[in-house]
Amino acid sequence: MTMASEHPRANLQPLTLHIPEPKFRPGDAVDFAEVDVPPAGEARRPDTADKASDFIDLAYTLVRVLDDDGNAVGPWDPKLSPDVMRRMLRSMALLRAFDERMFRAQRQGKTSFYMKALGEEAVAVAAAYALDYEDMCFPSYRQQGLLIARGWSLVDMMNQIYSNTADRLGGKQLPIMYSVKEAGFFSISGNLTTQYPQAVGWAMASAAKGDTRIAATWCGEGSTAEGDFHSALTFATVYRAPVIFNIVNNQWAISSFSGFAGAEATTFAARAVGYGIAGLRVDGNDALAVYAATEWAAERARTNQGPTLIEHFTYRAEGHSTSDDPGQYRSEGEPNAWPLGDPIKRLKDHLIAIGEWDDDRHAAQDKELAEQVKAAQKEAEKNGILGHGLHQPLESLFDGVFEELPWHLKEQRQQMLDEESASGRPWDIKA
Amino acid sequence: MSDVTATRGSDATEAAEAASSSHADTEPTTRMNMIQAINSAMDIMMERDPDVIVMGEDVGYFGGVFRATAGLQAKHGKTRVFDTPITECGIIGVAVGMGAYGLRPVPEIQFADYIYPALDQLVSEAARLRYRSAGEFTSPITVRSPFGGGIFGGQTHSQSPEGLFTHMSGIKTVIPSTPYDAKGLLIAAIEDNDPTLFFEPKRIYNGPFDGYWDRPSQNWSKHPAGAVPTGYYKIELGKAKIVRAGEALTILAYGTMVHVCTAVVAEAGIDAEIIDLRTLVPLDIETIEASVKKTGRCMIVHEATRTSGFGAELSAIVQERCFYHLEAPIERVTGFDTPYPHSLEWAYFPGPVRIGEALKKIMKDA
Repeated sequence: MTMASEHPRANLQPLTLHIPEPKFRPGDAVDFAEVDVPPAGEARRPDTADKASDFIDLAYTLVRVLDDDGNAVGPWDPKLSPDVMRRMLRSMALLRAFDERMFRAQRQGKTSFYMKALGEEAVAVAAAYALDYEDMCFPSYRQQGLLIARGWSLVDMMNQIYSNTADRLGGKQLPIMYSVKEAGFFSISGNLTTQYPQAVGWAMASAAKGDTRIAATWCGEGSTAEGDFHSALTFATVYRAPVIFNIVNNQWAISSFSGFAGAEATTFAARAVGYGIAGLRVDGNDALAVYAATEWAAERARTNQGPTLIEHFTYRAEGHSTSDDPGQYRSEGEPNAWPLGDPIKRLKDHLIAIGEWDDDRHAAQDKELAEQVKAAQKEAEKNGILGHGLHQPLESLFDGVFEELPWHLKEQRQQMLDEESASGRPWDIKA
Repeated sequence: MSDVTATRGSDATEAAEAASSSHADTEPTTRMNMIQAINSAMDIMMERDPDVIVMGEDVGYFGGVFRATAGLQAKHGKTRVFDTPITECGIIGVAVGMGAYGLRPVPEIQFADYIYPALDQLVSEAARLRYRSAGEFTSPITVRSPFGGGIFGGQTHSQSPEGLFTHMSGIKTVIPSTPYDAKGLLIAAIEDNDPTLFFEPKRIYNGPFDGYWDRPSQNWSKHPAGAVPTGYYKIELGKAKIVRAGEALTILAYGTMVHVCTAVVAEAGIDAEIIDLRTLVPLDIETIEASVKKTGRCMIVHEATRTSGFGAELSAIVQERCFYHLEAPIERVTGFDTPYPHSLEWAYFPGPVRIGEALKKIMKDA
């Protein structure tokens, strides 16, 4: 009391601390009317040689190509051939089928962990189509669509998910933390946004060597708060690194809504403005918009115009992972109420609208893809599933800590082997 | 005091060194301080390997706050030697990405005290990339960083954080104590395909500081290890060096403390065997074990704080392997578990007094 009364500003209103709160919690009716969705085709498309400071407005709007009637409109329409669009549609549908199957495999106890990309399939798939195959991707954990769009083997991906005998990573990594150098897919880290400065480093190396390849990287809106994000943007703008930064703003970082990463104050694309980097805010559920933005950013990177930051405005329709239950913290009405719709349906509707697709073909394709995934799963499971015995030699636990095993690791390896002998029960039991 | 290594065993060690390292006996040498030796190592590696690049805060045009990269940009060009933004996380993250591309980056962290923002990139990325990608991607990066105190650097320019990194699997830690070693070890580190931390004891950049801060300081010009081959040679990582052979006790040290221990032992007239570890991970266990089994006593000296310091690991290892040969408890002489003070620097520093007291204690019943 004495402290307060003696305080020279005791007559002022007390301060209040703002704690962000999402609009809807479990049980709430959902109405996304406040989400500003500009009409498709409205955003202008600057020349790829324009200065970043000349189109700051694009960091605050939404680049959209597909309208509500399935038409591709405006200057960002990439004017893709029906064939390319059908392939993109097929990749997205394959990704969804793959996710569905692997999610269920986890629920059946065949692996420990899985993460779906439901509702945000366009973000990775359309980007993969717009990039060159040789361009290097530094993904986060929800861009399995890159591998699928690049035609990588589903069986190989499943082997990794099962940590089985054919797992290219030898059972060393958490399921879905793929690494496929051959497909330009960098080893996924479980630590968030560490891949951002790494992508910049790769891009800088490519430029320093006079290469023509560029790098692209992805993180979620939540992890833009990490210091790595800002280090990466600083490095990229300083050296004009040929890199594309993608922020997948799917509204939720586990249970924390985007407000805890700053979404109440501004857009995520606006992060680009302070760094003098080209910034685009894109309808992430519009495969053609994602394709067009990526193609545009790649053109800038390839012509030494430097980095581009793209915010993909989308929605995480599933839980964060198989370890998450979104019903605990958000309204179940959100996924269906999301104003930007389903990315697969939107591209499908467009192809139908231009007479290049129909519901029967789509249904047949879904069936075919489900069979394809099922067959791949059967094939992968021949190599084992997690938990049914050890699939890797015990000694391999020590492989790859260093190029050559130092004495202390050799000693520990021997200890492990001795423990197995002493136990009288080989650990390599095929249950 | 200047010829602190010109004691029994030292010459033999130098000769063995020359024989085991990869340069020819006919190689011309020149006098270098440790900074010049480090500069020479980078210069030679940049000449030999177009994928070696050097980057860090102030390392480009200016040549580094300690001049370690002086002249490298002018010689090798701006795309291979360049200044970076002040973000250690970014410097190491970018280096990891460059390594993944196929380059062999040699980033500098200006002071080891500034390395903490890069911890995640070093520990979770550089050190783990080979393992987690089953060898698809590696981090052949060498992080140079001046460390240690004794220069009135206060708490943010004096720390010795090596123990943080020796605790983390997948990263090597190298600490030279002479110009000759600095060049040979740095070349080996750059050629190594694993991430390596190269901590440079900045107190001995210019001379073999012996801990007697109140006496005139020495430079490297008269020290045997200040004669450095001008060309390429390397010193294998993981090999310690017996700086002084002896029978009475074994002293394990690295960096600046090698010279302090050598001086204290000479003043005390004790026949100690002083081992300069040179590489903490991987550690030269054979040399340590053979020595302690011979002498029956072991003293461990480092400047870093005591609790969970690398000395604790050394003490445990020696106890595990040499227990029945020990004739006295292992002595640990370290900095105190406080921040590195400014004005009371010499009270913190494990100098001649602290080492001398420990020597008396360990030799009490000899």
